[in-house]
Amino acid sequence: MSDYTTQELISIFAMQGFAGFSLFSVLLLMALGLAIIFGQMGVINMAHGEFMAVGAYTTYLLSAMSEQYFPAFVQYYFIFAIILSFIIAGLLGYLAEFALIRHLYKRPLDTLLATWGLSLIMQQIFRSVFGAREVSPTLPEWLLGSYQPTETIDIPLNGIFVLGLTAFVTLGVFILMYRSTWGLRVRATTQNRVMSGAVGINTKKIDRLTFALGCGIAGIAGAAFTTIASTGPTTGSLYIVDTFMVVVFGGAASLFGTIASAFSIAQAQSILEFFISGSMAKVITLLTIVVFLMMRPEGLFSIKVRK
Amino acid sequence: MNFIYERLLGGKNGMIGIAILAALIFVILPVGLDLFRLNLVGKYLTYAFAAVSLVLLWGYGGILSLGQGIFFGLGGYCMAMFLKLEASSPENTAIQSTPGIPDFMDWNQLTELPMFWQPFTSFSFTLLAVLVIPTIFAFIIGFSMFKRRVGGVYFAIITQIIALILTVLIVGQQGYTGGINGITDLRTLNGWDIRSDSAKYILYFINAILLFGVIFLSRYILTSKFGRLLLAMRDKEDRVRFSGYDVSNFKIFIFCISAMISAIGGAMFTLQVGFMSPSFVGIVPSIEMVIFAAVGGRMSLIGVVYGTLAVNFGKTIFSETYPEIWLFLMGGLFISVVMFFPNGLAGIWEKHGSKVTGCFKSNKCISSLKRFLKSKSRSEPEVVSEAAGRE
Repeated sequence: MSDYTTQELISIFAMQGFAGFSLFSVLLLMALGLAIIFGQMGVINMAHGEFMAVGAYTTYLLSAMSEQYFPAFVQYYFIFAIILSFIIAGLLGYLAEFALIRHLYKRPLDTLLATWGLSLIMQQIFRSVFGAREVSPTLPEWLLGSYQPTETIDIPLNGIFVLGLTAFVTLGVFILMYRSTWGLRVRATTQNRVMSGAVGINTKKIDRLTFALGCGIAGIAGAAFTTIASTGPTTGSLYIVDTFMVVVFGGAASLFGTIASAFSIAQAQSILEFFISGSMAKVITLLTIVVFLMMRPEGLFSIKVRK
Repeated sequence: MNFIYERLLGGKNGMIGIAILAALIFVILPVGLDLFRLNLVGKYLTYAFAAVSLVLLWGYGGILSLGQGIFFGLGGYCMAMFLKLEASSPENTAIQSTPGIPDFMDWNQLTELPMFWQPFTSFSFTLLAVLVIPTIFAFIIGFSMFKRRVGGVYFAIITQIIALILTVLIVGQQGYTGGINGITDLRTLNGWDIRSDSAKYILYFINAILLFGVIFLSRYILTSKFGRLLLAMRDKEDRVRFSGYDVSNFKIFIFCISAMISAIGGAMFTLQVGFMSPSFVGIVPSIEMVIFAAVGGRMSLIGVVYGTLAVNFGKTIFSETYPEIWLFLMGGLFISVVMFFPNGLAGIWEKHGSKVTGCFKSNKCISSLKRFLKSKSRSEPEVVSEAAGRE
């Protein structure tokens, strides 16, 4: 570390820190959806990464189509891609809940296996349709380039955009969950399913919409993901374990906990990555969290509930 | 005698099941298959150790571990380290810049054998390590999790993360572990060439005997009072706790036992296949072991052996010829087993098998077969003539 001057070290921290923000954005968007589903239904969706890939492929398709047919649209398609990713991933999630998940609520461990099966099938569909090669959409010009506050610091614009998008989605989820009637019903179902049913909340409908919402947010994560890396059939599965970490570390059913844990995991990983090899950075981060979870299984923040 | 008959063999029905499996593994497969295929079966049977361990842990204990590959891998790596040290004697590795250390260490500029490799020059230490190291590892994980009442989905996820950590660690520390390629080019076991044809036959039978030993051990555990408690804990953990039992100790025990069983499988895998690599440690192999158990029937020690064989044969056949279809099939298998056959092959056998055996006994099956075929004959006339010929 002594090879660097203080000025350079600050720049490295700023830039790696910002690279961490991009990872943070994707992890947070993924984890938000997963945390809502896990908190609500106690179900872990192993295919969550594939719903992210659905979003990423949707963005890629829209980019390819607009390039081919409406060149003028290329500057704007990305906004629509985000919305479309949300809708398509959400619809698929709705279908998955209807066809598969709802039969397994009483057996959460079996849901792990069934959704793993779903993820295998989805991966193979991606491979058959889009090929094993990684693809990436053509980004509009306003997402390229970078912002340079000083000479040594270089912050890419797409990172800033993704961060803004994440903030927007997180705020949206917060308002939906804590300020709307629907969110009130979701939270009621989370805390006491039987009583919620007794006061007239249609818990099955809530479940299905929550699942669809979670998958839709994963779709947005996919759209955001395309700006920082290219998408392949197994992209989703690369991020799924990290996302589990975020959810479990943050404490289920705690929005603030999810944000804090996504932030710390992403930052730890990307700052460590600069000084030691990428694989060891990952090992150290994961190991720290596993040890932490062994000492405090409920995660960083948790709602106190009687069990 | 009665103890062996009733508890280990499981009475009359259990004995028939074991006899059929033994006939298949000890007689039919070795006689019917060439050495290459038999070696493949031997490899599959090492996975069956992990599947059996999951019957104890998941089927009876209700604890889903998505990290059995950790223990399978640890067992395999312990054995591989011993074999590798034997294969890299100073004479064999004279061309290296540091003779006497494994080749991958030499490639990674290591000049002496790392500390943790040194005990593995002893065969008796290695045998002990295969059994003890995974068990200690499982004890640490189990102790810290179960004492804090972590279970269910959390436990599954955390074991999965540990499997990931171990894989990344093995791949990253190439100089110490052989990296992504694993520990390869293993030749002899105490001077005995494990790659010769006779050695392959012998190892196959040792593996099969060990597998039956493990099945009997598991039977013994499951039919004891402890086995009853295990089931009770799975179904109503709180009641067992309120009855005054320390639930976590039982869970730790069964987790350690299952780790040890998987590790034996891993060590036999290394011996029969001749190498060990991180691709048998990580998330995917671990979850595949769960599907072997699920397909065979998570409550049946015999069933999971069939499940392991069936899934692996399917994988070999399909991934050779139609690799695209295999993932669809595998995914469909996960979903359909969970949704429609939660007790796997063993469950189907229990439901319909008694009809088959029952009708054989009373000779009713011929008439019922006739009736069955008649109902089908309108659509498929050929089947009838074939069946008539058989009669």
